Amino acid sequence: MAHIVTFTRSTPDTAAKVWVAESGAVTWGDVATVVNPWDEYSLEETIAQAKAARGRSTALAIGGALHDDALKHSIALGINSAIRIEEPGADAGDSLVWTALAAGAINKLGDVDLAIFGKESVDVGSDQHMYQVARSLGWSMLSLVSKIIELDFATRSIKVERTVEAGKDIVTARLPAVLSVLKDINEPRYPNFLGIRKAAKAKIPVWSAADLGIELPAAATTALSYSNPPARDISTEIIAGADAAEKAALLASHLLAEKVL
Amino acid sequence: MTVFAWIETQGAYAQPSSWETLGGARALADALQTDLRAVIFGGDSGSAASDAGRYGADAVIVCACETMESQVAQLSSLVAERKPRAVVAAGSSRGRELMASAAFDTGSGLISDVFELRVEDGLIIGTRPVYAGKVLMDMRAETATTFLTLRPRAFPTPAKGAKSQVPIETVAAVDAPSSPLTTVETIAAEAGAISLTDASIIVSGGRGMANNPVAAPGTLSADEANIWRAQQGFAHILKPLAAVLGAAIGASRAAVDAGYIAYEHQVGQTGKVVSPDLYIACGISGAIQHQAGMRGSKIIVAINKDKNAPIFKLAHYGIVGDLYEIVPALTAALERKLS
Ligand SMILES: Cc1cc2nc3c(=O)[nH]c(=O)nc-3n(C[C@H](O)[C@H](O)[C@H](O)COP(=O)(O)OP(=O)(O)OC[C@H]3O[C@@H](n4cnc5c(N)ncnc54)[C@H](O)[C@@H]3O)c2cc1C
Ligand SMILES: Nc1ncnc2c1ncn2[C@@H]1O[C@H](COP(=O)(O)O)[C@@H](O)[C@H]1O
Repeated sequence: MAHIVTFTRSTPDTAAKVWVAESGAVTWGDVATVVNPWDEYSLEETIAQAKAARGRSTALAIGGALHDDALKHSIALGINSAIRIEEPGADAGDSLVWTALAAGAINKLGDVDLAIFGKESVDVGSDQHMYQVARSLGWSMLSLVSKIIELDFATRSIKVERTVEAGKDIVTARLPAVLSVLKDINEPRYPNFLGIRKAAKAKIPVWSAADLGIELPAAATTALSYSNPPARDISTEIIAGADAAEKAALLASHLLAEKVL
Repeated sequence: MTVFAWIETQGAYAQPSSWETLGGARALADALQTDLRAVIFGGDSGSAASDAGRYGADAVIVCACETMESQVAQLSSLVAERKPRAVVAAGSSRGRELMASAAFDTGSGLISDVFELRVEDGLIIGTRPVYAGKVLMDMRAETATTFLTLRPRAFPTPAKGAKSQVPIETVAAVDAPSSPLTTVETIAAEAGAISLTDASIIVSGGRGMANNPVAAPGTLSADEANIWRAQQGFAHILKPLAAVLGAAIGASRAAVDAGYIAYEHQVGQTGKVVSPDLYIACGISGAIQHQAGMRGSKIIVAINKDKNAPIFKLAHYGIVGDLYEIVPALTAALERKLS
């Protein structure tokens, strides 16, 4: 049976104020988290493709209990099962440590054909984890996918449209593969009542590195410190004038004086 | 000791963002007191290789390898053999994939989306935005080589020097597994279109684009008529302004989701993050998620008929008025002044 996994996590609401507290830690007060907005599209694609293939889907999160909210949301949408992977050494957010856990989880599941990622996480936004997971597993990597054109688990092939700076590429690859998907790939569904009930009752299993049978590599990076960006001090000049032509001419003069044209 | 700068090429030519990379890498190499080598992957790299010298590289390494798979193998092998202190690339689609993959293969630390670089006690520290720019993070790699991707337009393009004779070393391609991908077809982006992330001027439209006074064909439903009017507005009101300025076209998510314009144009938290010299927002309210994509612009202009729209708090210049009157007048005024 076809098996698709997706990675997701909780991130602070995009409207939340986020700042660095006296202690040096990043905080967003008591504002609720949401599922990483880019993952709305990877979750939808995972659910839809698994259904179409009469297969199943699993959502994985790496990190603390905070991410259970994203996993429960995934189940409410229709993901079949969810697992969280927690390991004290992984908290620093190093991508090689992260990748060891992600690849370890996929290997433990054993029968995965496809892993679908969102394009990035809105909080740390590194857009790097998926490539490293693909390298670690030795799978095909198809990034920035805007459409899955064909997906055949029997012949183990996939054909997608990728959108990059230079335009669009139609690319084929063999399964298993890692995908990252863009926002225009689909229209995400909303959870329905039954899904929400299922999610409320779901118990999320937690796996450790020992459960995966792996040893973690040393972290290759260290987050040294966080800081608040300098305040932008802007004075807005609202351009007045008798009519559109006069306002436009004034604005044009200002832009020339600013030397940005 | 050395620093590598990856020069992204399209055919024989370097992508302009590669010179920003070279500029950032040059400053890093100087701070580390080491030399700077431009690395070019591609069969025909004549002009890119000589330009790399003019933009500040001490030497150029060229290798003919076309696929991502072979470039990752090549870069990983060069890093393993020559142990550069840093490998620097533009944060483009290809740059991010290449750096993340080679960093994994060589077991190195990667700092992505860096907009400031410094050297402290001989160690490389990158500053990058997190939480959509609400917080800044300083990061360091613990490995012999630090991989870095640079945020587009964060590092200035160095002045192009006189023709100079930098050594060009051609290395033989390493054995790489054949690419697992097959490209069936490539559909080039609209000719002459300027990429949003590289653009120095962006003209953006939002939901307000639907209030186009032009009459829609009577055969359309009310929804279709809205979309049609907005599309006409992008094509006949915003595009001429962009043409006069040599600007790229941006959009809010509301405009994209309503079908006024393609997703490639979306600026914001779930679109592209841009930092042009000039950003002109037309009929955009300035929601926090839109700001996340354009707050870094040098000069922001807002044209909105609602004087209380939040975009005015962010803008250096604002015009309160109907964009369908202001934008054509602005296009005409700029045409006069710029010709
Ligand atoms: C998770 C998440 C991610 C998001 N990501 C993004 C993103 O990446 N990018 C993004 O843009 N948004 C994003 N949003 C949406 C964002 O919250 C806003 O809904 C969106 O930016 C609003 O777009 P808008 O300003 O075009 O529309 P509106 O807020 O409806 O504003 C339209 C403006 O047009 C003005 N107007 C109308 N007619 C005229 C006229 N004739 N002349 C002049 N002005 C006129 C009005 O006064 C109004 O201010 C995201 C939201 C969420 C929850
Ligand atoms: N800790 C995590 N657990 C699960 N998924 C994650 C985690 N971190 C990043 N991802 C996913 O990986 C993708 C790329 O994220 P990033 O590389 O952080 O920009 C997004 O779909 C994220 O949701």
